[in-house]
Amino acid sequence: MDFLQPSSWDEALAVRAERPDALPIAGGTDVMVELNFDRRRPGALLDLTRVGELQEWSIDDGTVRLGAGVPYGRVITELGDRLPGLAMAARTVGSPQIRVRGTVGGNLGSASPAGDAHPPLLAAGAEVEVASAARGTRRIPVAEFFTGVKRNALEPDELIAAVHVRTARGPQQFCKVGTRNAMVIAVSAFALALHPDRQAVGTGIGSAAPTPRRAAEAEEFLAGELDWAGRAALPESLAQAFGERVAAAAAPIDDVRGTAAYRRHSLAVLARRAATWAWDDLRRAA
Amino acid sequence: MTTAQTAARTTGRIGENAQRPDGTLKVTGEFAYASDLWHDDMVWGVTLRSPHPHARIRRIDVTEALTVPGVSAVLTADDVPGENAFGLEHADQPVLAAEFVRYEGEPVALVAADHPETARRAAARIRVDYEVLPALTDARRALDDDAPLVHPGGNLVRHLRLRRGAERPTAPVVVSLDFEVGMQDQAFLGPESGLAVPAEDGGVDLYVATQWLHVDQRQICLALGMPPEKVRLTLAGVGGAFGGREDLSVHVHACLLALRTGRPVKMSYGREESFHGHVHRHPATMTYEFGAECDGTLVYARAHVLLDGGAYASSTAAVVGNAGTLGLGPYRFPSVAVDAYGVFTHNPPCGAMRGFGCVQAAFAHEALMDELAAAVGVDPVEIRRRNGVQEGDRNITGQVIDSAAPVAELLQRVADLPLPPALPEQPDLRDLPGAVGNTTHGEGVRRGVGYSVTYKNVGFSEGFDDYSTARVRLQVTGGEAVATVHTAAAEVGQGLVTVQQQIARTELGVEQVVVVPADTAVGSAGSTSASRQTYVTGGAVKAACEAVRTAVLQRAAIALGRPVAGLALDGDKVVGAGGEVLAGLADVLGDDAVEETVEWRHRPTHAVDPETGQGDAHVQFAFSAHRAVVDVDTELGLVKVVALDTAQDVGKAINPDAVVGQIHGGSAQGMGLALMEEVVVTDGHVRNPSFTDYLLPTVLDVPPMRVEVLEYADPHAPYGVRGVGEPPTISSGPAVAAAVRAACGKPLRRVPIRPEHITCT
Repeated sequence: MDFLQPSSWDEALAVRAERPDALPIAGGTDVMVELNFDRRRPGALLDLTRVGELQEWSIDDGTVRLGAGVPYGRVITELGDRLPGLAMAARTVGSPQIRVRGTVGGNLGSASPAGDAHPPLLAAGAEVEVASAARGTRRIPVAEFFTGVKRNALEPDELIAAVHVRTARGPQQFCKVGTRNAMVIAVSAFALALHPDRQAVGTGIGSAAPTPRRAAEAEEFLAGELDWAGRAALPESLAQAFGERVAAAAAPIDDVRGTAAYRRHSLAVLARRAATWAWDDLRRAA
Repeated sequence: MTTAQTAARTTGRIGENAQRPDGTLKVTGEFAYASDLWHDDMVWGVTLRSPHPHARIRRIDVTEALTVPGVSAVLTADDVPGENAFGLEHADQPVLAAEFVRYEGEPVALVAADHPETARRAAARIRVDYEVLPALTDARRALDDDAPLVHPGGNLVRHLRLRRGAERPTAPVVVSLDFEVGMQDQAFLGPESGLAVPAEDGGVDLYVATQWLHVDQRQICLALGMPPEKVRLTLAGVGGAFGGREDLSVHVHACLLALRTGRPVKMSYGREESFHGHVHRHPATMTYEFGAECDGTLVYARAHVLLDGGAYASSTAAVVGNAGTLGLGPYRFPSVAVDAYGVFTHNPPCGAMRGFGCVQAAFAHEALMDELAAAVGVDPVEIRRRNGVQEGDRNITGQVIDSAAPVAELLQRVADLPLPPALPEQPDLRDLPGAVGNTTHGEGVRRGVGYSVTYKNVGFSEGFDDYSTARVRLQVTGGEAVATVHTAAAEVGQGLVTVQQQIARTELGVEQVVVVPADTAVGSAGSTSASRQTYVTGGAVKAACEAVRTAVLQRAAIALGRPVAGLALDGDKVVGAGGEVLAGLADVLGDDAVEETVEWRHRPTHAVDPETGQGDAHVQFAFSAHRAVVDVDTELGLVKVVALDTAQDVGKAINPDAVVGQIHGGSAQGMGLALMEEVVVTDGHVRNPSFTDYLLPTVLDVPPMRVEVLEYADPHAPYGVRGVGEPPTISSGPAVAAAVRAACGKPLRRVPIRPEHITCT
């Protein structure tokens, strides 16, 4: 197995084009597990940790461009105020050691249905910036990025450059159920973003379908029912109905981590609670 | 007039918090574990394992594997020179599968190569032609007439029948339940590892992480067809054991490859292989019924316990013995009918794990005691106090409990500890069920409190010749008195090396005590299990030290012209009755070393009657109680253990810090089984052989613990010690389960309790 270590973004894209068999690696928190368990034997590893451009984030016109190599630990400490939903999710990733290594770009690359970063990115309507040496840069809405279980929309010669996320205009929540209180892969996860500026609701469901996905119907339902102008308290029945619609949007399976029925049930509870918390936050902010 | 100099008292004796000799090395990461073993000339061994729970091996073709460059040997069952069989109690397990494989993960072939990756790739090229056969994977079917046979002799490993008192007792209050316990893994942090080095005499030296060097040696000799003097074992650094290293793993395999290749062979499992490479805790299916008077006084018990032993016997028979003889808890029962069964299936083999049969039964008897308390309207502490055994009582095998049995006091102590404060209005997420998963801010959270009291035998039971051997030498080197302690007892992390030092310091009054590596050059110490080493090897070291002391003092008496009586050793000196220094050890010993070897036994135990299960089966009992306080998110089924407090009688705390450490660890392990730890096996296949999905409690799951240590000396044991390691593992889980039941109001008749059991979804 070759170990390829480009030191610039251009070089990384060139190497990527030459070696479609190379597996990109950033923090290695997914890749190394696969290698250690002998589930994967790529022809080469493409180490992106020396590509400085990937380690940076910037803000332009109210949108964060988060380099694919920024680790979760920095998302928490540097972007907690601007991207609260993503930061809450980052806080649930593995252990402190994992959060120092693991990256949002790597999470998108793995495209696991259980990836913790995915639900808040879906709820925020993020876009994934990918690039190739031959065709340059393109942006993919994150909802279209996940194409199947651990599959994404990347072409063989493409790498993930960054993810673009609008800074929060309203309250955001992220909730993750696991069978222990830390260092656990999600049994189910739910992210919610309220967008009061356009009276819209964003959602993201994790670990309860072949891919991370939005609950689009539930979003529209809640956005339509919320008292955006008066900011009256959220009726319990509305929160409940929203929860049921979120659960209905899931397509979970039974596996060693949990049952399909529990995943659906827990999503309904999480969505109900998250909507209540977020709406209460918005009312308090008013 | 001259003032006699008084010797400085030796420090680091029993009862003090002596420092572990291996402590700093372990904390700084410098301790050499078995996985760190290295030999410049070594090759690596790997194991090819069965993918099927049950199959016939039609043919094995190793041709292609042998062509891989770097491969030095490929071995199958045909290459086992001695008997192709091993086992702790019955040699029923092949070293390498010959005609059949009986569980997923059973070793089929071995490869040695110059790199572990090369060896793995070569192993993948071994062609095994399997005829897949129907597998028996439901233990409840094992004794059916039409069940597939795992072994020709039938699927029963042991049935323990226990009868006492009235044949058909009746009682005004009757409670009953069914209970299931899932398969727990020992999950020691250092996976199986060893290094076998071929020796010039045609034998082999094996360095390996294990729990009992001599029982390993016996089994290796059988498989290699070699006498014990040709198979020498030395303990390598052990990263935890908990019963999972009682059975052989890499031992014979590494020796076979070393003898074949003529090279040192290292074998080291990864985590996934480790899950297939050692026995687990038996899953249990239990039915219990208690009859009582209206005030809750127990009248009778009926219990049916079924343990899934998996494909090979391992220590299943002894686990059945414990589940039967101790399986009703530390309570007085006038009449008893218990039937405990261990059966073969095509599931992974199960055997020893901390708590050994008592853990499973405790979940059932403690849940039923709570049922009884509710039925008669008394609280859970009172029902246990009212029925708890006391010193002098007979237990359910008719054995008199002849040292402290402080059931009532242990309960009272945990009940009297302050309860944790209620959750504040705006709690920190980390204090809530789900923690930073941010699943609740207090919604749906209810608090519950649960109690448990249990007991466990210490040492090997039912007539086993349970002994240990210690060799102790005292000499003066470079002007300093040094005691050397040599045993074959395995230090697995529990702190026995420190205990040995403390005992030698106490008995010989010398500061410097060297515990040399455990090996088979000295006699057997028995197993590091059954909470027995401080008792038994401690007893052997004490006896050997006493023999050395007697010899030294006799020399001193002659040299000093004083009677032996009144002489003692302290502060590296011979002292008189008042502690006054009479001579330095150097003056007495000169260049001589005094060495004594002692084989030491505890009081004998006895087999139980085959018809009634009656008899003095055990040498000592150890009692503990727990009180768990939990917060449960009743809507999501998530649990936060808020407090897990305990009281335990340890007889005598040789090293109080180490005792508390054992109790912390044991409590966490029992809690793990109650809430999350399970090897999930479906149709004979292990579905979660990794720490990603086999969940162990983290620091956010284990609460701070209050530990009350009682010291009621057992007059029959050295220093009055009572085994410490296992009791907390037994009583913690049932207390946690009871607390969860109290919080959510659900019966919860299975552990680990999963979120969907609480939410009923």
